Amino acid sequence: MKNIETIKDKYTSIIYKTNNLKDLDNVRISAVGKKGEISSMMQEIGKMSIDQKKQMGPLLNSLKNDIISQIDQKKNELETIAIDKALENESIDMSLPINLSEGTLHPVQQVMEEMAVIFSNMGFSIALGPDIEDDFHNFTALNFPPGHPARDMHDTFFMSSENNDIKKVLRTHTSPVQIRTMIKDKPPIRIIAPGRTFRCDSDQTHTPMFHQVEGLYIDKGIHMGHLKGVLMDFVSKFFETEVEVQFRPHHFPFTEPSAEMDVRYERIGSSIKIGQGSDWMEILGCGMVHPNVLRACGIDPDEYQGFAFGMGVDRLAMLKYGMPDLRDMFSSDTRWLKHYGFGPLQQANLATGLS
Amino acid sequence: MKFTLSWLKQHLETDASIDEIVKTMTLTGLEVEGVENPAEQLRPFTVAKIINAEKHPNADKLKICTVSTLDGEKTIVCGAPNAKTGMKVVYAPMGAYIPGADFELDKKPRNIRGIESSGMLCSSKEIGLDEDDIGIMDLDKSFTVGTPLAEALDLDDPVIDFEVTPNRPDWLGVDSIARELAAAGTGKLKTKSIESIKGKFSSDIQLKNNALNECPVIIGRVIKNVKNGPSPKWLQNQLKAIGLRPISALVDITNFIAFDRARPLHIYDADALSGNITVSLGKEVKFEALDEKCYHTNTEDVTICDDKNVLGLGGIIGGSSTSCNENTTNIFIECAYFDPLTIRKTAKRLSINTDAKYRFERGVDTGFLMEGLDLATQMVLNICGGEVSEIVQSGEIPAPPKIIEFNLSLVKSLTGLDISEDKVMQILSDLGFKVENNSVCSVQVPTWRRDVTEGADLVEEIVRIYGYHNIKPVKLPEFDRTLLHDNTIKQRNSIHSRRALANRGMNEAITWSFVKHSHAKLFDGGSDDLLLENPISNDLNCMRPTALIHLLLASQRNADKGFPNVALFESGPIYTGTEPQDQHQNLAGLRRVVPRRSWSGTKIVDVFTAKRDVLSALNSMNVKIDNLQSTQTTKSYWHPGRSSRLQMGPKNILADFGEIHPRILKEMGINCRIVAFEIWPDSIPPKKKNKSKSRQELSLSDLMPISRDFAFIVKESVDSKKIIQAARSADKGLISGVNLFDIYRGEGVEKGYKSIAIEIILSPKLATLTDNDIEAVSKKIITSVEKSGGFLRV
Repeated sequence: MKNIETIKDKYTSIIYKTNNLKDLDNVRISAVGKKGEISSMMQEIGKMSIDQKKQMGPLLNSLKNDIISQIDQKKNELETIAIDKALENESIDMSLPINLSEGTLHPVQQVMEEMAVIFSNMGFSIALGPDIEDDFHNFTALNFPPGHPARDMHDTFFMSSENNDIKKVLRTHTSPVQIRTMIKDKPPIRIIAPGRTFRCDSDQTHTPMFHQVEGLYIDKGIHMGHLKGVLMDFVSKFFETEVEVQFRPHHFPFTEPSAEMDVRYERIGSSIKIGQGSDWMEILGCGMVHPNVLRACGIDPDEYQGFAFGMGVDRLAMLKYGMPDLRDMFSSDTRWLKHYGFGPLQQANLATGLS
Repeated sequence: MKFTLSWLKQHLETDASIDEIVKTMTLTGLEVEGVENPAEQLRPFTVAKIINAEKHPNADKLKICTVSTLDGEKTIVCGAPNAKTGMKVVYAPMGAYIPGADFELDKKPRNIRGIESSGMLCSSKEIGLDEDDIGIMDLDKSFTVGTPLAEALDLDDPVIDFEVTPNRPDWLGVDSIARELAAAGTGKLKTKSIESIKGKFSSDIQLKNNALNECPVIIGRVIKNVKNGPSPKWLQNQLKAIGLRPISALVDITNFIAFDRARPLHIYDADALSGNITVSLGKEVKFEALDEKCYHTNTEDVTICDDKNVLGLGGIIGGSSTSCNENTTNIFIECAYFDPLTIRKTAKRLSINTDAKYRFERGVDTGFLMEGLDLATQMVLNICGGEVSEIVQSGEIPAPPKIIEFNLSLVKSLTGLDISEDKVMQILSDLGFKVENNSVCSVQVPTWRRDVTEGADLVEEIVRIYGYHNIKPVKLPEFDRTLLHDNTIKQRNSIHSRRALANRGMNEAITWSFVKHSHAKLFDGGSDDLLLENPISNDLNCMRPTALIHLLLASQRNADKGFPNVALFESGPIYTGTEPQDQHQNLAGLRRVVPRRSWSGTKIVDVFTAKRDVLSALNSMNVKIDNLQSTQTTKSYWHPGRSSRLQMGPKNILADFGEIHPRILKEMGINCRIVAFEIWPDSIPPKKKNKSKSRQELSLSDLMPISRDFAFIVKESVDSKKIIQAARSADKGLISGVNLFDIYRGEGVEKGYKSIAIEIILSPKLATLTDNDIEAVSKKIITSVEKSGGFLRV
């Protein structure tokens, strides 16, 4: 049997000189592989006497472990060198541009969601109604008698009709949803109705189509104090700041008493700040639902009463987010949509703030 | 409605400032739209006197005036022919703004043909008062030099403009505005009472009324030997201040009463009348009105006729044949009540708008006919003189409004306010209501307040005057969440799907619900019942069958402006008819097929981009994409070979997507291919109600999945999805995925065929698969695909 020390020195020297992984693996095979030198020596232990076994066994084991350890260490060194070497050719210009998604949501839709969040938190659920309405739901049931001058103020779009029936209209407000809901459901009723509305008018501050959100609450004992409470809460939550408001008497055929709500505002240059300043701006109409409206829906005004309100979504969006011109809302200019739109992950909720 | 502060003060005793008055008006429901004081723009102008006027040495038409002004003696060069020594004139100092000419004077003396001129002498047109311009203003000699012009001319009088809501025709008279302010505590009402005037002879003109429904009552009287001419200065000024043009004393008197008391009247030149006056429903005739236009009356119009001719449209406009002029000596004054609806119908049909019509169509005070006639009589006597006849009448003055039984507790129940009974009584009586107080109050509504018909109306009156600011805000009662509506699924689908699309880089738009009729037809819509009778323009005259139309037009507009990479979507309604159930939600989007160059390779927009869009949106709405069936769309506006329909079962058509038909693009002037999609979210079958939120238990196998590749040759016409589904259905328990990784055409594959390569993932659940197991499932897969028209490529 060869001298163990000699063998150890031989492999130590070979391992030291080896400079690539493949050669190193060959060294491993020739030394400690199945048929390698050290393995063969170990096989011979079987033929030895007990005393020889006791002497040579540990020595050979130690030699084997030593060589394996040296190989592993060398392997680790060579791998590190290989990685370092590869890195020299693996550099990329990390400043190359990538295109992030420029997708956006329309501010009017976003604002309607904000409103829905605020009102649903006050117990209002969402009701919807059709854009093409009949005269009954859009006017008569809302206490606009046929021929009443208040009808003219609505600049109504009429659907053409061949026969002499009363013409259908494009709803001039979201109030017909009140009627549809009150006819369908029994009080208590607590709804908001967002949607498209239409008036035959087009200039800098009017578009033939716009959006409203209607609110309706009918139950026993609901009075103007509740109405005031809801709207004051709403307006501060919506503008995300304390907003001073003023209620003024007004006239709407479908409410009695009727009111308009103004908010404090200040014009600074071309921008408008809501909540502060010395001027008042009207932002919505409201009132106690007229007994005739309740009657038209089969609700007894001596038993039930309640309030309704309606507001223009587009205008409130402009006031909150500072868009200068109403008409741009519907012109689909991608530059405008990207500038005033909201990122897709922006979702109104009260936990993280509306906007 | 405009009125001046001084006019108001003829009815209201008050020291309140204009700001206080405006505030009270606003808070009681008279919404002030503007306050203008003509004195504002007259501020720089003062009275001056020409001490000496002589001809300019270097100009024939100019004069050099030495003028005594509040700034001392000034030399002013003036071109007016009427400038002369001793004249009192309007002086504008240097730097003053001249409103009628819209320019500012130089701040330094100006050299006019060699003479330094310091300031300007003004005409009435130059200071913005009058149009007729015959030279500089020749002021009354009694004015002292330096007096502000506004003061000298009595023009320091704010004009208030406010919105008259249609329920309050009484606000079209200044006396009613005063009544509101007095009730609200801003002053005391002092409208003078009107004395009744006895006639000295009986009227030789009689009244006949054949239209008692449309004109319940008409009264009138003759005044003989009047002298018509310009009305007195005070009357002219009062009318001018609110923008009315003085015409003659008689016309001005009727205009004055229309605005002072909301009572329209008409005065006829009695000598131009043939016989008596008859009110009747019209015949088909033509007549010339005071506005010098000819109108065709018909049988629905209330006409006023004499024995020969139509004299006018009752309550709307008089005729020119009997109008008063400077030679008029005998007159007949008419005072009537016309049915508002009839007035509206006629005026609307003939497009006539007059102050009389504006009042009659809203309803005038039925309690003020006699007094109105007497007031007019008195004014005619005062201004024009004459002898008065007795009053003639035809028809009955309408009964006063019905008495309201008013339970005072309604005030608190509707508003939450505790208002004392005394206060309630006072407010009502200040507003002209007569209250008899028993257990419930009986309230007599004044004749000018026919808008008040029940308790709620009275509550509004009381709270309006008491002040809305006194109402305390109250929190809403708790609500029962089980009463919430079930629209939440629709809301959530809208919120999620729109975000899915925006996340894919699309921009959300909102476009009109109406489109051009011809475009609606291109998109399989545009039936006649969806046309608008009065569209805003002919490009927007029909309710849309799809949101794609405006998105297409918008995509082209953006491209034309230099922004070709358009990816738009919209969530909005579409209309297949005019009934509520004919309106559907539409989620549509499109992309212009513009290759986007990039260092990492050109990004192609193609039908599969649209497919990714549509499936992302559907997926976000919890639609099981794997369960969708692909069919051919039935809409004509899709490219026949590059479009598809997605549906769940035969009934629920969820979406179409693909390329828009090139013919449509051509007709709409779109210069680029467009890929698009349309989703009908209403067709997504609703989830079962009350279904548990808890998910099915997940069972995971510890066994390794293995994969095997297959290639099948199929006809070109066979959809690849069919092959995938066939393979997948071969052993649903074992096959967990099918991945199509290659499509090959060319050498080795016959023309008209394609080779589809798929990877099948096998996920054993109980035991590791043996070669025999794999062999068996492979056979099943091949057999299943063969049934769908594919055979194994070898």
